Order: sequence, then structure tokens, then C-alpha cells
Amino acid sequence: MAVIKTEDLTYVYGDGTPFRKVAVDHVNLEIEKGDFAGIIGHTGSGKSTLIQHFNGLLRPTSGSVYIDGERLWDNKARLRPIRFKVGLVFQYPEYQLFEETVYKDIAFGPKNMGLDEDEIDRRIKETAKLVGLSDSVMQKSPFELSGGQKRRVAIAGVMAMEPEVLILDEPASGLDPKGREQILGMIKEYHKAKGNTVLLVSHSMEDIARNVSKILVMNDSKLFCYDETAKVFHRSAELEKMGLAVPQVTRVFDRLKAMGFDMGEDVYTVKFGSGLLLDRLGKKGAK
Amino acid sequence: MSENFIEIKDLRFSYINDLEDPPVKTEVLKGVTLNIRKGEFLAVLGHNGSGKSTLAKCINAINLPEAGGVFVDGMDTLDEDNLLPIRQRVGMVFQNPDNQIVATIVEEDVAFALENMGVAPDEIRRRVDDALKTVGMYEYRLHAPHKLSGGQKQRVAIAGIIAMRPDCILLDEPTAMLDPKGRDEVMRTIKMLNEQGVTIVLITHYMEEAAQAERVVVIDGGKVVMDDIPRRVFAQVEKMKELGLDVPQVTELAWELQKAGYDISTEIITEDECVAKLAELLGGV
Repeated sequence: MAVIKTEDLTYVYGDGTPFRKVAVDHVNLEIEKGDFAGIIGHTGSGKSTLIQHFNGLLRPTSGSVYIDGERLWDNKARLRPIRFKVGLVFQYPEYQLFEETVYKDIAFGPKNMGLDEDEIDRRIKETAKLVGLSDSVMQKSPFELSGGQKRRVAIAGVMAMEPEVLILDEPASGLDPKGREQILGMIKEYHKAKGNTVLLVSHSMEDIARNVSKILVMNDSKLFCYDETAKVFHRSAELEKMGLAVPQVTRVFDRLKAMGFDMGEDVYTVKFGSGLLLDRLGKKGAK
Repeated sequence: MSENFIEIKDLRFSYINDLEDPPVKTEVLKGVTLNIRKGEFLAVLGHNGSGKSTLAKCINAINLPEAGGVFVDGMDTLDEDNLLPIRQRVGMVFQNPDNQIVATIVEEDVAFALENMGVAPDEIRRRVDDALKTVGMYEYRLHAPHKLSGGQKQRVAIAGIIAMRPDCILLDEPTAMLDPKGRDEVMRTIKMLNEQGVTIVLITHYMEEAAQAERVVVIDGGKVVMDDIPRRVFAQVEKMKELGLDVPQVTELAWELQKAGYDISTEIITEDECVAKLAELLGGV
């Protein structure tokens, strides 16, 4: 069953003004429970506007959004519980930390949900472990931590609400390669442990390629496609036209194919690419 | 005669947190020696917290040395009289374009620093137009900056710097918040400025960007640990990974094949080189 479904979802900024812009244009989409998907698209393609509809931050100009089968905005009183189902982590979430201690900061969301103390404590401990925050860090002020640690605290705060859908907008931006790997690894762990739906907005095709199983592509306010990772990167020429570079390794293999080498499947990670090359070279005895 | 534009000699720098009693001192730069030639395109790599940004801020005298020295065009950053001339020679572009734009119209934003410097109005007009044309944003000169894309905003920020006609531009992760197209726009602008003779110091986490520089410096633990042309830096795949960094995907691919015993160098840093070498191997030549 689709956990997120949109029907002709359309959103217009500044309607009736000279700055009118259709940011999301008749998007029809079904995201299944448990999907781990990437969301890509050039700046201004409508990604952020789209995801803000998923937890009712924006109200569609026309069309509908369904979460777990329930249509948003039919009953305003239902918005709050629905927002608990869809957790949104904005870009640079560490700027939103505010509590005295890391523990209290992570507790903020679960507390707002009206959970009892024991349940809140259980969730904080579980999430802290998942994101790699040690006990000694929990009583520190979040402002004493390093940038990477702050980011983890902020993400943990949303994870602890155990939303059915977790949406993260550029969770790894501004981090060094190792920091990126750690944050993405921890999101992967969360997905594996919870089996919840995770949507990852990213400009890094390399990060997307390594982590997700499906990709949603937005282009000029429209949904270009929502499909398996390999199938999306297979359309590399179209993606490049939209200003979305495919991973460097994909371009290398595309060029080898264009030169007439039989490279079989689409390559979008170095690991898969080197495996494929070793296989081809081994058969040739090129060592 | 030395043609070094920037000379950094055994530079030490610490942040002091005096909210604590006694004040807590965090040593960030622990003896950096680095010379940057006029017209050079230098990329600086290092993991978060390695001291890259602190170093950049020492170059245009936002941070002052605790020990050692920084000289820009022969001027000591410790001498207060040099502050203004140093900042006019070395412009800085930061990561978040939204934090660098002050005006409500693009061309007014680009003119901001010139007005502060007391440049004559007709000269301001000329320089603003030139700068916007250089970064390809001239047709947006009357637009509101907040309506631009990230890449466009960052180019406006760069225009604001080049309107001051600096000899050198320091860019601290200027593409971190941009999409691939925006990154490409900014990288092209940087390379074009460098071709026009502007010294570029680019701090980045994107290895593909560093691969386009003439020289790569790696900072770790407050010290320079590698300093070479890009291909010789990236060829040391294991060392780069140990430092919490990465290498371009094509280099990693070559490294995987090399480990398996194939005759391929890890000094491959561009797509063209990689495709050519793989075609040679696959062709069985």
C-alpha cells in the first residue's frame, strides 16, 4: 500500500501577482511503505515544495495528498497526528537545536507527541545508539558539539518520533567525505532497523547511487519519473540535459559503451563498475 | 625575487573560549608553512575541523597569527595599517550565498563594497557591469537576489568580490550548497578568473573540483600533510582515505584494478584519461 500518494498535486506561488510560479505541476505519485528513495532535481525544480506537502506544511493549490490513505486538509484537526507520521529534517538542521542538553533536544519531538516518560526515554536511548551518540554526550549542551555531532542530534530528534516516513533534505551537505558516509550510513541503518519509508533529497548523485533503491526525479515542476535506481541512471542523457550530472563512473561506462565495448548492465557505483571490469578483463586474460 | 603572492611561515593559531574559567584554548593551526604564487590555482582539502577555513581566514586577516606570520603581497597581516590593502587584494567567498548578499537588487549588491571603498560613481558603474558580465549575470542586474538559484546567487557574490579587482580570491566551499549545474557554473567562473590572472584558493570537499586545480594542499591536524599536483595527491588513494578524504571516482576505479594486478596507474584523475586507459586494457593492446 502506498504510504504517500498524490493526485494531480499542483502548487502555485504568488498566484495573482506578476511573480506567479507553478512550483509543482500535476504530480501523480505513489510511494510504497518501506521504500528508500532519493529525490533529485535541479535547484528550483520543485523538490522542496513537493516534500513540504507530504507533512502538510503547504496546502495544495489543487489536487490531493494522501498519507496512509488519509487525505490531507479534509479535516484540519487531523493535520497534527498526520504530521507525526511524516518527519521532515530540513537542510542544516543543526541550526534548529535549542535545548540545554542533547537529551532534552532529542526528547522535544516525542514529548510533543504526548508520549509517557518511559517511552520517551526508550526512544531517545535507541535513537542515540543508532546515530552513534555516546552516553557522555547526552548531558552536554548541543552547542559544545562538533558540526557533525550536532547534525546527528538534530536528525535523531526527528528519528525518535519514529515517523512512518522520514524525509531528509540534504542531510550530508557541508560535511567531509567521511562525515557524509557516516551520516548516510546511519540513515541506512535506521531504514534497515525500522523498515520505515525514507526519502533522501540530495544533489550528490554519487551519494544517491550508493544508498537508495529508488529515485524520484523532479524537472521543471513536473515529476519526471519515480523508478528503480538503475533504471533512472540508465536515462543519463536525459538527466544531464536537466542539469543533473550522473555519477562520474556512470559517464565513464557510458562512454566505453559508446566506443563499442560490451559493458552489459548500467554502472552507477565504483564497486559495481570495478567488479564488472575485473570480470571482463579476466575473461580476456589482460593481466 | 620571489613571486610568491602569499607567504605563510610556521603559522600557529588557536581559538580561545573565554566564557570558561580558566579560558579554554583550542589549537587549530600548528605550524603551517605554505607559499602561494601569483596566478596559481590552489585547492585546499581536509576533513571538517582540520583547520582549512581557519587558514583561509588568516590569509585575509580575519584571524591573526598567534605565532609565525602571514604575508600578502609582502604585507604582514599583523600590521593594522595593512588590513584594508590586504582585504582589497584578497577577497573571500563563503559557503552560503544567502549570508553574503546584503542588497535587494543584484547590481546594488555588487556595488556594495565599492561604495564602501569610496570608488567614484561612474567607475562603480563600469566595474559592476564588468563584474556581472564576467560571471554571466549581467542580464539579471535588476533582479532581486532572493529569487535567484543558489548557483546564480553565488555568482553574484563572486561578482561583488571581483568588482573590487582583487589579486586573489579565497573560496570556502563555495559549491557545497549548490546543485550539479550550479556547481558547474561556479567552477567555470573560478577557472575563467584564474585564466585572467587571479590567484585562486579553493577550499572544497568535492574531489572532482580539486582535481581541476594546479596544485592541491591537504591539511590535517592543523598542518600541511600533502602538497603536490592533483594527480600525485589523488594517486595516494589509501592515504587520502585515512585522512577522511576521498579521491575522484575514476581514480578509485583505477585503484581497484591496480589492486587486482592490472597495469593501470592511480594517477588517473580525469574521465578522459580513465576512458582511454580502460579502452586500452579492454582492447587487449
